Amino acid sequence: MGMAIDRDDTQFHVLAVDDSLIDRKLIERLLKTSSFQVTAVDSGSKALEFLGLNNNDADDDEEDEQRDSNTESVSSDEDQDHQDLGLGVNLIITDYCMPGMTGYDLLKKIKKSSSFKDIPVVIMSSENIPSRISRCLEDGAEEFLLKPVQLSDVNKLRPHLVKGRSKDIDSSHKTTSTRLITSGN
Amino acid sequence: MERNPMRRQLASMRKSLFDQGYLDEQFMELEQLLDDANPNFVEEVVTLYYRDSARLILNLDRALERRPLDFSKLDGLMHQFKGSSSSIGAKKVKAESTLFREYCKSGNAEGCMRTFQQLKKEYATLRKKLETYFQLARQIGPMESANRPK
Repeated sequence: MGMAIDRDDTQFHVLAVDDSLIDRKLIERLLKTSSFQVTAVDSGSKALEFLGLNNNDADDDEEDEQRDSNTESVSSDEDQDHQDLGLGVNLIITDYCMPGMTGYDLLKKIKKSSSFKDIPVVIMSSENIPSRISRCLEDGAEEFLLKPVQLSDVNKLRPHLVKGRSKDIDSSHKTTSTRLITSGN
Repeated sequence: MERNPMRRQLASMRKSLFDQGYLDEQFMELEQLLDDANPNFVEEVVTLYYRDSARLILNLDRALERRPLDFSKLDGLMHQFKGSSSSIGAKKVKAESTLFREYCKSGNAEGCMRTFQQLKKEYATLRKKLETYFQLARQIGPMESANRPK
């Protein structure tokens, strides 16, 4: 099955997760403007599905029945070959507040997965709650971005992507970033 | 630089949207994302915002009719509205939604209802102004908006 993506080694593939249609469109545009390849989904469950991770493989205690079935689930230019694309995801950027599985829940599941635990995960939130932020960073998120996410925030993601791409990641090199990007309020 | 009178008008409209506090710098962030391949990006996002807002306003209206008020549900809905308003730079609408959420947290029904009426007014005004703005922009042609930084 022919893949529509140009397998250029310098192009990174980002999986974006956000239940807000507007924010999804925005993050997609931000990422594409920065020359990232993007797949945008509207829930944590769809993200796991895209990666090829069965919900049941991960931890229990999910309630993903509240998904709005009317929203478009996946928007991607590329062919839906989940296995290939799942392994080709270089970074996951997810909203924190989502119905059912939160971005934090998704983070935990990714980090528990042997196949995907080394994929860098970035969390976005409209709320500046220090305890929330530290918890995410402590539990493996690379960055925590305050919404609305801007082009300058997206430009900061590239170093994490380069790190995430390498198959020989030395986990002791992982930096826990406590830098916050505050948008003017 | 705006020799074309329509462009001058567009630029002036845009400036007043910022000066009068209807829009904040996030709108400019959206404009930064315009390019030849996506010349209508801002208008597309704003159109999504109208659609999303209509849904939220309807749900909020319904929720505000219930007795007793479910403040948690109201707060949840307004959290979404605040988020999308913030994402497009809708400054006044965002301010009202913040105020509404504060009333939810303190369980102030009267405050919620009053603020919601105000929010709807602000939203309607913004929508009207933006529709006029984009209408003019479209008339001018598939060029970038008057003050796109380059």
